[in-house]
Amino acid sequence: MSEERKQVLKVENVTMQFGGVVAVNDLNLEVNEGEIVAIIGPNGAGKTTAFNVITGVYAPTNGRVYFDGKCIVENFPHGKMKKLYKGENAGAYSHATEPTPDALTKMGMARTFQNIRLWKSMTVFDNVLIAKHLKRTSNLFSAAFRGNRKEEQAQREEVLKLLEIVGLTDVKDELATSLPYGKQRRLEIARALATQPKLLLLDEPAAGMNPQETQELTHFIGEIRDQFGVTILLIEHHMDLVMDISDRIYVLDFGKLIAQGVPAEIQSNEKVIDAYLGVVDDAENP
Amino acid sequence: MSLVRTVLPYIISGISVGGQYALIAIGYTMVYGILRLINFAHGDVFMVAGLMMVYLTASLPLYISIPLMIILTVLIGFTIERVAYKPLRTAPRMSVMISAIGVSYLLQNLALYITGGLNKNYPAIPWISDRITVLGMETTRVTVITPFLTILLVVALVFLINHTKIGMAMRAVSVDFETSQLMGIKINNVISATFIIGTFLAAVGSVLYFTNYPGVVPTSGAMPGLKAFVAAVFGGIGSIPGAVIGAFIIGICESIIKGLDTILIVNGAITEQIGLATFSDAFTFILLIVILVFKPTGLFGEKTTDKV
Amino acid sequence: MIENKNRKSAWIAFVIVLLFLALVIVLDQIIKPTDKMYMLLTVLQKGSVYALAAVSMNLLNGYTGLFSLGHAGFMLIGAYTYAIFTIPSTARDTVYQYYDAAIRISFPEIFSGALGGFGTVLGVALAVILAGLMAALLAYLIGLPVLRLKSDYLAIATLGFAEIIRAVFQWSKLGPVTNGSNLLKSFARTSTFKLNLGGSTVSLSTFVPVLIATISITVIVLIVNSTYGRAFKAIRDDEVAAEAMGINLAKHKMISFVTSSFFAGVAGATMAMVLSIAQANNFKSAMTYEILLMVVLGGIGSISGSVIGAMLFISASEWWLRGLDSGSFLGINAPGVFRNGFRLVVFSVAIMIVVLFFRKGIMGEKELPDLFRKRKKAPVKEAAE
Repeated sequence: MSEERKQVLKVENVTMQFGGVVAVNDLNLEVNEGEIVAIIGPNGAGKTTAFNVITGVYAPTNGRVYFDGKCIVENFPHGKMKKLYKGENAGAYSHATEPTPDALTKMGMARTFQNIRLWKSMTVFDNVLIAKHLKRTSNLFSAAFRGNRKEEQAQREEVLKLLEIVGLTDVKDELATSLPYGKQRRLEIARALATQPKLLLLDEPAAGMNPQETQELTHFIGEIRDQFGVTILLIEHHMDLVMDISDRIYVLDFGKLIAQGVPAEIQSNEKVIDAYLGVVDDAENP
Repeated sequence: MSLVRTVLPYIISGISVGGQYALIAIGYTMVYGILRLINFAHGDVFMVAGLMMVYLTASLPLYISIPLMIILTVLIGFTIERVAYKPLRTAPRMSVMISAIGVSYLLQNLALYITGGLNKNYPAIPWISDRITVLGMETTRVTVITPFLTILLVVALVFLINHTKIGMAMRAVSVDFETSQLMGIKINNVISATFIIGTFLAAVGSVLYFTNYPGVVPTSGAMPGLKAFVAAVFGGIGSIPGAVIGAFIIGICESIIKGLDTILIVNGAITEQIGLATFSDAFTFILLIVILVFKPTGLFGEKTTDKV
Repeated sequence: MIENKNRKSAWIAFVIVLLFLALVIVLDQIIKPTDKMYMLLTVLQKGSVYALAAVSMNLLNGYTGLFSLGHAGFMLIGAYTYAIFTIPSTARDTVYQYYDAAIRISFPEIFSGALGGFGTVLGVALAVILAGLMAALLAYLIGLPVLRLKSDYLAIATLGFAEIIRAVFQWSKLGPVTNGSNLLKSFARTSTFKLNLGGSTVSLSTFVPVLIATISITVIVLIVNSTYGRAFKAIRDDEVAAEAMGINLAKHKMISFVTSSFFAGVAGATMAMVLSIAQANNFKSAMTYEILLMVVLGGIGSISGSVIGAMLFISASEWWLRGLDSGSFLGINAPGVFRNGFRLVVFSVAIMIVVLFFRKGIMGEKELPDLFRKRKKAPVKEAAE
């Protein structure tokens, strides 16, 4: 890894507080171009919340997110939160930029969901084709009266190509929800790739998979990075997968970052082991 | 002083109308609290109660026909739930709402068939429809009784919900449908009880409401029904005190708007009628939209969030 | 290859539609008002109005998943806009009996002055389009605050707006424009639409509403099958996923709402044209409910279903079940039971049965051509094996 790599994502002092509960506390993380970075941590550590902040589902309570060098999300404790705020860096920011998720997707971020969210009434092909909608240049009129025939045709061909790559060509006309679980996960990734992202965010892509499926997925994720040149940030509980493919790992516990580093460092980090195995008495491990 | 004297009669009749709306609104809010369903047919059940009263009093004395009407109305409410809503328990919410609209359509057409589309004169009920003088204004006795009776019934209902077993079950179901089912609460009984209470109150409300109006037609229930629903939303749907307060506010506002031209003329703000009374119904919906935009959960509603 | 197949079926559909329109013109000539079959023309006229209304509602409720109950309000806007801009100057003072008419423009008059008969057609067409545009404009303004609301709250808010629109149009202070609570009449209506062909007149009273509905529904079909239509369906199936895949929810919901309302406005204009009156009091929430029931009857999420649903609804309530109201039905004579209103009772029971037991309606989410395709596909598969 060279140090000149461009930074794709930078999360700066992000705190997410719901009412009085701090779900993510002063999170800082960076993802560089071409990397696969994992966020791990016990259940309820705030991983998915962090994802939702990065992708614009939640506006953070405080902090900033940079994407491709630009500040895309920023917020500071105001309104009701002014009094309630329990996090750090309270005075550091003074602007509120809260784009909706679709705007971030257009900038080049795409995600999958922990509990698969495919469009149920549609075929595999249509599921991917709709993800191309944001690339259209046609307005309602030209689309309705088929002034966009060329664009539509090109998009259809791209989708076919994409389905070929992810190995879903043979089921392209089937209903998305009729696919077996593993293929549904693949389809979700294909759908995200159809938006041509720079950064792909995968929320527990191996959830509910058996060891063999997990291994296939590990391989698949590596392939995607190489073929599409995307940067990947993922949340995962399967440690084999994480340790196999991640360039770097961030560990969250109770909303706070407790460790970061390459897989080997994380595996031997005491704090991480404590967080996962639980500590009987904090005094024993100063 | 003249302002008070011109506005007061409208406020008094508004409180009375508000009380009638409150009795209907409770049915909406309780059903929504438990089933998350806008029971569009509720207003029509109210109309049917009015019609049954017309037909029953034609051949029976009042002391039999009033209780009989209430029992029959409750029976209708119970049957509607069992026939039109229960089979759709697992269906999407939109299907149940459509079913409710279908029931409303059916009840209105049935009423149209039976009455032949004619206005049916509501029977005069002795004592409560007598004219009396309060604070120097002439009005009917029912106008004065309504708010007190409403509050009495609401207090009784709140007691029932807070202190009886079925009331506790209702509260549990409205918080979490599935968990209460797992905890052994007989969901169907709770839902039936909700409909029985709701239609009982609507039946009582119909006596109070129609006494002040010349008669009943098949569409009589639609507007009061919608307004009562708006009252329930206004107060925060699912909350009984909210529905009652919402209903009183809507009743008073509506009544004042009906007389706004006169009030403004008497007080010298305008010189001629400008037809603001046209908006007495629409105002309810303006209120609804304002509250939905600025506080979507109503005055006393709880906040809900979607999980991603 | 897929593209070719699609183009071919599009051509087939186009030819069928042309044949249907030609048939309507022929029927319009051969059926006389005294004939028993005259009901067929009435059903075609009213049915096409309701078919358009139902399809435009389906675009919103069925395809985008936005449960809106404001349709009658937008139809009202359409009906009034159309009526106001086609009342001839000679009739204006009789129509606006109690008011001093404020809008003194009649599109058919303006254009027929310069262009003759073609000008009248152009004027009527422009009035219909303006009717749609007014409804769309209002939908945009209403949509800004309302479209953020979720399911049933959206339903009740749009229902409320429809009631507000109705009240505003009946307000006496707007009398010079809307004629207050009095009805509008004497404007360009279908019964006066005729074509003079070398001495003989061709009646267009059924053809015009059918044509307007056909063109409008075709446009809706094109939208539904375009990339925007797919985006609408994505929003219906899963809003969160749609937003994450770059579909701007606010924008697309607005597009769907405005488009649906535009066609509701056109349907309202056509309704005024067919009924030859426009009165605010006819556009109550009951009308919205009826249209919704047509959509449900045909199948939520199916355009051809909505058309079939509307046509069935109108045929049954206006024609086939008439006997239930007038003493004898299917040979049974029972004036005591079969009297005024019984038809609607039977009809609403039938609708409840559909709602409860055939929840998918007649078509489900399928379209008419799908039914033919299925049959063709099966043998092909066997042959391949």
